[in-house]
Amino acid sequence: MNSSVSPTCSPPSNPEPGFNFAYLDEQTKRSIRRAILKAVAMPGHQIPFSSREMPMSYGWGTGGIQVTASVIGKEDTLKVIDQGADDTTNAVNIRRFFRKVCGVATTERTEDATLIQTRHRIPETPLKEGQVFVYQVPMPEPLYFIEPSPTEANKMHALEEYGPMYVKLYEDITKFGHIALAYDYPVMVNDRHLMNPSPIPRFDNPKMDMNPALQLFGAGRAKRIYALPPYTKVKSLDFEDHPFSVEKWEQPCEFCGATDTYLDEVVIDDQGNRMWICSDTDYCERRQQAQSGSTKKLG
Amino acid sequence: MPYVAVKGGEHAIRNAEALLKARRRGDINVPELSLEQIKQQMQLAVNRVMAEGSLYDPDLAALAIKQSWGDLVEAAFLLRAYRTTLPRLYYSQPLNTSTMVIQRRISAIFKDAPGGQKLGPTFDYIHRLLDFKLAAEDNTFSAPASNKSDPQETTLRVANTLAQEGLVMSPGTVGNGVRTNDEQSGIESITHSTEPSDITRQSLTTPTNRDARLQNLTRGDEGFLLSMAYSTQRGYGKNHPFAGEVRMGGVEVVICPEELGFEISIADIVVTEVQMVNQFKGSKEIPPQFTQGYGLTFGYNERKAMAMALVDRALQSKDLGEPLDGPAQDEEFVLYHSDNIEAQGFVQHLKLPHYIDFQAELNLVRKLRSDYEQTQKRANLPVPNKNDTASSLEEAATA
Repeated sequence: MNSSVSPTCSPPSNPEPGFNFAYLDEQTKRSIRRAILKAVAMPGHQIPFSSREMPMSYGWGTGGIQVTASVIGKEDTLKVIDQGADDTTNAVNIRRFFRKVCGVATTERTEDATLIQTRHRIPETPLKEGQVFVYQVPMPEPLYFIEPSPTEANKMHALEEYGPMYVKLYEDITKFGHIALAYDYPVMVNDRHLMNPSPIPRFDNPKMDMNPALQLFGAGRAKRIYALPPYTKVKSLDFEDHPFSVEKWEQPCEFCGATDTYLDEVVIDDQGNRMWICSDTDYCERRQQAQSGSTKKLG
Repeated sequence: MPYVAVKGGEHAIRNAEALLKARRRGDINVPELSLEQIKQQMQLAVNRVMAEGSLYDPDLAALAIKQSWGDLVEAAFLLRAYRTTLPRLYYSQPLNTSTMVIQRRISAIFKDAPGGQKLGPTFDYIHRLLDFKLAAEDNTFSAPASNKSDPQETTLRVANTLAQEGLVMSPGTVGNGVRTNDEQSGIESITHSTEPSDITRQSLTTPTNRDARLQNLTRGDEGFLLSMAYSTQRGYGKNHPFAGEVRMGGVEVVICPEELGFEISIADIVVTEVQMVNQFKGSKEIPPQFTQGYGLTFGYNERKAMAMALVDRALQSKDLGEPLDGPAQDEEFVLYHSDNIEAQGFVQHLKLPHYIDFQAELNLVRKLRSDYEQTQKRANLPVPNKNDTASSLEEAATA
């Protein structure tokens, strides 16, 4: 991690020859864009698309990769994060792929990116108009743990029959006193479609609501795309007497002192000692720089 | 002892790749495998990779096997990823397997069948004794002389014999697909009122039709289909099958480009075709008769083709009004779990970092735990000591 060239930020370069721009052929990209347009027209509704096998495995973000590949242009600046960090292995690998097949500029700075692909987190820096935010989605169907049959789940969506989901949440309250869902916390979109926010922690759910950026969701293995156009109403399911809430930590970030970010618990020795640091590495480093001009990071 | 966070830069990824390549090559004093060797001497592996990779190209399949260090699922994945980059120019005409240049053909339901039975190259009656002489190299084996089959010859399907008596249900009787008679070969072939579906161009949605099911099965994982088929034999959706016919050999692939207006042959490929015959007691609408399960795979892939035929038949249960009591009869269960490229990815993606979700889960479990302890205390019930749990874990580890 001490290499002099930051692998996460680079200017535009020439893509490697032998591939079409962004790997997929233009017909495939067109078909994916059609699915995206449908998805934008019906916020939160899952649109089937003819997902292709990519040179990375299903489960590694192939849905997000195909969505990104279909909307990316030469002028874009790409940011890729996994678990909130720009330097996790899979983020590095996806960024490396797009550098290879598109030659686009990459960045770590959330506000400098025109296109951001993510797994499991929404950055702490607010997204803005004009940005496209692409989620990698493992299980697009929010009802799957209640109704594993896609045929039945589709019917439930069509009839807006979401009672069983509320029953499940209510059962949690009777059993545990609160809703016991830490991530994959279901949301209602535009007062109509129940949607799986992808496995972001519930901490990030409120960031989806009325977000100025275009949010696209790609599930490669499950072959579904869905979307939240800018300024869409997104409400985390709750009850009047048990309103939705997000978790808080008892300590600030060890590196930057933030008290309002999602913290990551890092085990630092075999005596069970831990420290808590921001999961959003870009946000944390920028705060540190503003405070002291230097940055601490893991690894 | 300090811990290091599991993050890997580009450097680590490159090193992993270099290490993989070196390990794959093995001892450099041992000659490197050639693609021709793989293609010639590991033909069944090549066939499996072509079938599950959904691309008929023995050269590329051999390359994929070499590149994947002999991991056949990984090799099929390589072919699939390559397949993504290929344009879809034409759809072929339906294969006419009755004009197959037959290398092997057997029927279990008649002692003899018009066209004859031919064992061909099969493990069926080989004593599975390790052949230690094979361990030495430079063995030569000569193929026994056989009557060269006439490539123009048409070998009717065994099921046709039953069809003449009206005792076997022709495909398309239930479900979708309309049958028409093919005058020349005397067999029936499927014509669709609509174009056959292509699950690689339009994602599978359920409930679906038999054409999509068959396409899914022929690309599906051999092991999965084998177990599903086996489960029907053991009573989970029982329907006793007979191997009506198993045939393997070369067939022509024909396209009919619109701009030409006539058919041209573009390839000869080897396929394995299986027709299973199963009893059907009949329903209100349909008289008692035999039904069929169909299996077709690229290459010589008999175990898979047979398994596919059993599963195809099991999946017809719904259309036939049979009771659905086995997983192999459940269309969604079978079709959504048959693809090993999808399955291997989702199972193995658990290796990717999940520490954000885990953090959320950790917070939740801690909260649930403290709620639990407070409840226990209020009720004056014992609260398990943290150290007890830890020491019992230690005991378990040393046991």
